Amino acid sequence: MARMKFLCDAERCIECNGCVTACKNENEIPWGVNRRRVVTLNDGLPGEKSMSVACMHCSDAPCMAVCPVDCFYKTSEGVVLHDKDLCIGCGYCFYACPFGAPQFPQDGAFGLRGKMDKCTFCAGGPEQDHSAAEFRKYGRNRLAEGKLPACAEMCSTKALLGGDGDVIADIYRTRVTTRGKGSDVWGWGTAYGKPETQAPAQPQPGAKS
Amino acid sequence: MRARLLGIAAASVAALVLAGCGEKANVTVYKQGQYQGKPDNVPWQSEPFNNDKANWEKTIKARNNNQNEYLRTQQ
Repeated sequence: MARMKFLCDAERCIECNGCVTACKNENEIPWGVNRRRVVTLNDGLPGEKSMSVACMHCSDAPCMAVCPVDCFYKTSEGVVLHDKDLCIGCGYCFYACPFGAPQFPQDGAFGLRGKMDKCTFCAGGPEQDHSAAEFRKYGRNRLAEGKLPACAEMCSTKALLGGDGDVIADIYRTRVTTRGKGSDVWGWGTAYGKPETQAPAQPQPGAKS
Repeated sequence: MRARLLGIAAASVAALVLAGCGEKANVTVYKQGQYQGKPDNVPWQSEPFNNDKANWEKTIKARNNNQNEYLRTQQ
């Protein structure tokens, strides 16, 4: 069984925001809500790095752990989804999420916090597949159409990969080895550590340094 | 009279001190919640795949591999 994951290659991301636009267009996301956004580190400096960030569909999701009404569930493909009919818009999931994925649309005249909205991995929600109710509440269900999330499939440089974790990890590994930079690639060494370097020789007692 | 007062005072202090022994620990035991919402169906259940899980997995795998331009350029 596939375990759906996103992986963003910071070496390739050019901060075009195509993924953000694809997501907003595909799911008709309301004004003020961004299920996906591009974050740039050291913006404007040489060597800046950009990454596309959304819900990472965590294996042990903190949003699920803190939800007081237990509206979250995980599908058999490892996608973290929630039931908007149950959500009370308390915002606990927003505080718990390390990626800032949960979004809250303004609701009513006084800007009250509405029901939580987040990336669904284009897998819809707990409504009948391809129904109007599912689209209105959760967006399009591309996974049930045999497609992957629009953001990943639309990415022009293929920096953003989405799909079965094993397959996209293989794609990324192939890229890393093809680039020939090995563990210097941002993300690889961070995750798996660099090869152990030989320890410097100990100075002999009495020897001049 | 004085001994009686002392006795009452000692008993009161003993009762106050021993009252602390009856306090229960205020540590909350975390309990994993269960999903309370509506059930959702699997992606291959609906129209294009009609419960054909193998076909859905094949389609998704093809889409997955389509993201690998090293494979695409060799085709």
